Amino acid sequence: MSLLQVENLSIAFGGVKAVDGVSFSVEAGEVFTIVGPNGAGKSTIFNLISRLYEPSGGRILFDGQDITRLPAHKIAPLGIARTFQNIELFDHSTVLQNLLMGRHVRRKTLWIEDMLFLPRVRRAEREHRRHVEEVIDFLDLAAYRDKLIAGLPYGVRKVVEIARALSSGPRLVLLDEPASGLSVEETKDMAWWIEDMQKDLGLTILMVEHDMSLVSRVSDRVLAVAEGKPLALGTSAEVQADPRVIEAYLGAEETA
Amino acid sequence: MDVLQLLISGIANGCIYGLLALGFVLIYKASEAVNFAQGDMLMLGAFLGITFINTGYADLPFLMGLVCAAVVLGVFGYLLERFVLRGIFGQPQFAMVILTIALGFLIRFFAGTVWGHNPMSLETPFTGQVLRFGGLIIPMVDAVIIGATVLLTTVLYFFFARTRLGVAMQASSQNQMAAYYMGIPVKRVNAIVWALAGVVAAIAGVLFAAKGAVEPSVGLLFGIKAFAAAVIGGLGSLPGALVGGLLVGIVEPFAGRYLPSGFGQVAPYVLMLAVLILRPGGLFAQVSQKKV
Amino acid sequence: MRVQFKSSYDHDINLFQDNRHRIQYGILILLAIAAPFVLPEYFVGELTQIAIWSLAGLGLMLLVGHTGQVSLGHAAFMAIGAFANMALMERGWPFIPALIASAVITGVAGAVLARPLLRMTGIYLAIATLALSVIIEDIAIIAEPVTGGVSGVIAPMIELFGYEIDRYGTPTAFYYLCLGVLLLVTLMYANLLRSPSGRAFLAVRDSEVSARALGVNVANTKTLAFTLSCAITGLAGALYAHMAQVVNYESFLILISITLLLQVVIGGLGSMHGAFLGAIVVVLLPQVIATLRDLVNAHTPIALGDYPGMDMAAFALIILVMVIYEPRGLYGVWLKVRTWFQLFPLYRKGMFRRSRTYLKTERMR
Repeated sequence: MSLLQVENLSIAFGGVKAVDGVSFSVEAGEVFTIVGPNGAGKSTIFNLISRLYEPSGGRILFDGQDITRLPAHKIAPLGIARTFQNIELFDHSTVLQNLLMGRHVRRKTLWIEDMLFLPRVRRAEREHRRHVEEVIDFLDLAAYRDKLIAGLPYGVRKVVEIARALSSGPRLVLLDEPASGLSVEETKDMAWWIEDMQKDLGLTILMVEHDMSLVSRVSDRVLAVAEGKPLALGTSAEVQADPRVIEAYLGAEETA
Repeated sequence: MDVLQLLISGIANGCIYGLLALGFVLIYKASEAVNFAQGDMLMLGAFLGITFINTGYADLPFLMGLVCAAVVLGVFGYLLERFVLRGIFGQPQFAMVILTIALGFLIRFFAGTVWGHNPMSLETPFTGQVLRFGGLIIPMVDAVIIGATVLLTTVLYFFFARTRLGVAMQASSQNQMAAYYMGIPVKRVNAIVWALAGVVAAIAGVLFAAKGAVEPSVGLLFGIKAFAAAVIGGLGSLPGALVGGLLVGIVEPFAGRYLPSGFGQVAPYVLMLAVLILRPGGLFAQVSQKKV
Repeated sequence: MRVQFKSSYDHDINLFQDNRHRIQYGILILLAIAAPFVLPEYFVGELTQIAIWSLAGLGLMLLVGHTGQVSLGHAAFMAIGAFANMALMERGWPFIPALIASAVITGVAGAVLARPLLRMTGIYLAIATLALSVIIEDIAIIAEPVTGGVSGVIAPMIELFGYEIDRYGTPTAFYYLCLGVLLLVTLMYANLLRSPSGRAFLAVRDSEVSARALGVNVANTKTLAFTLSCAITGLAGALYAHMAQVVNYESFLILISITLLLQVVIGGLGSMHGAFLGAIVVVLLPQVIATLRDLVNAHTPIALGDYPGMDMAAFALIILVMVIYEPRGLYGVWLKVRTWFQLFPLYRKGMFRRSRTYLKTERMR
């Protein structure tokens, strides 16, 4: 059975069908990428999966469980973590604090225990920290551990956001344009990290990305969408060769 | 008949609330911030009106005095934006809230120093006059207030809907950066909005002073009620502000008459809380959702 | 600049980073305890006031500074705490249970109000809480059996472990009482901030969307913050009542709500220090102004006594300057000064430059 199954998903904003009958399934352990021209509804699909938007039709299944109507905060505890296109970090906190916030789903103590700082709170804190340190090592963030987000370069923030997603110990990671705004060098690093996440951590990755060099390097399968509808599904090379995909991109460029 | 009498007095009061609420909405529309000093600007307008019009002071004719007060407060609003508020351009809206609260305190102190703390009222050519319709007696003041409000609201409505400046204000309120790139001088537009808010506050203030007594602290409480009015209407909507003002104005005398004492004063706030709880964006709400 | 060597995760988990830090705060607490023996009695009263307003400020800071929800109506919760404490003590409750109960009652009131209130955001929330503050004035008159109506209630004598504590009779004992409550609350507050609950507050403040994506139940978190904030403010209200000796509907006017918000802003939003620094300003500023006024009156022909409300105006002026030039408040100033000394002579001007956030509407048509 697939880890994530999206069936006939649809949503409309004021009459515009942003996502219109999209179906796909992501197998455990693969890197699955959604590509498409601007405004094709890629990020909207992400927001539907993380339940920030209410779909008007269709179903989303994670590990066999129907999550279509779950409230947004119940998604992360299932093992789904995500990043955002425009980076939504906690700007006034340090990298370390951000990653610890990522541990929220693993929280073991009640607020009243926190307030009294019982010994089990300390034990839990140490354990959170150990997990976070593993992520810091994995993504090579040790140099930035105690820096405030507000002062970090854009490229580092992108990595911190991925680190925060990993801190929760997810099974599925949704990456919303991980390479947007990154330099060529940084994009290469990003490709390494995505490969490591897949191979070393055994994670399943669902990604939205524009940079085709990154897409073809890391993706096992690619789904192309345009105007909210699925166009083609296959390997990166297959999808890029598909005439409908080419037309969608060229068409989009002509009108742009 | 009694009910009708109460209604008319409520409408006249509501019009002043509505005008003050218009001031809130103007600034909210332009900078998506709330001017907590708007009530104090009304108070300032009232005192300016008294200074220009009353015998023993400048002794100008009523309309002339009104125009003078409006001009002075308009310039005041412009300067305020230019020299104080521009300092926090680009800061979160919360900074604006705090800044205008502080401004309110300063305006109150200024008024107390200049005009003292004893209540004053405005002498008008129509003070004490009444209109009679059958058994119905309408004080001339109320009629003037209602007429002036209708006129001003219409003018403002067409200003925002039709003129280039009005449209520019709307645009800059929704996305300062984008408006700036489109060639709208966002900062100057902001300053003009503040001037306009000053003018509206002056007119509301003069009408307020024509109906009752003014003292420096009147702006705070009156402002909060007008606030309730603006919020009931939904902060972004000019007609909403007027409707909200009228609702507050009408609810007040009726609650005072028919509810046990003590409950009358809180009625406008309870009304506002009820509206906010049922429709968190007010009656004329604009849908709000952050895009990620 | 000092370099810190960390050898265990506990360095970041502990309340204090190292011994030096621990000693600094230890000295501060010792000074607070020693103060009544050194200072004239008049200042003990001032210190008590600072302690009480710090407590109220902490309550509001939790909500505004750490959870990002603005309240312009916290005097209402001071009132609830004060009247609850008075009413229970009049009915024969001993002081400590009555004090705890008043915190609990205020917290529950806050929790009940939080659900509808916290559906609103930003400006709307500020205005709704402001309305609450106006309404409570009238409720204080209407609910006569509890609040004593227009005339209010007189604070009963506090009896604690056989001692009678009274603001005027035993000012030092009352000061220690307030200081003790303040320290306890501060400790619990600091504990919250270094644990998952506190992080959830900060997450909600900085990005609700990503808090939700991380599994934070935003509505519950805000409700908890509001509840705790109200409980702390209620405690402050109860102590305030004992300090003022008489409380009625006029004790908790909207002006107090507004001043309290300005207090935490002036101190510095988002830091516990801010609540304390703000309280010091709010309590001592009128004294400073009065002293200045006497000086001016004595040496010049200007009679400043003719301008009432000058302390409020001065306070407003400070706020004005602060918001424009140092939005992080006095705590921000302190951080800059400290960094300047630590880095001397290497301090650069742009080190604390803040990024601007240009307005983008969240309205969609």
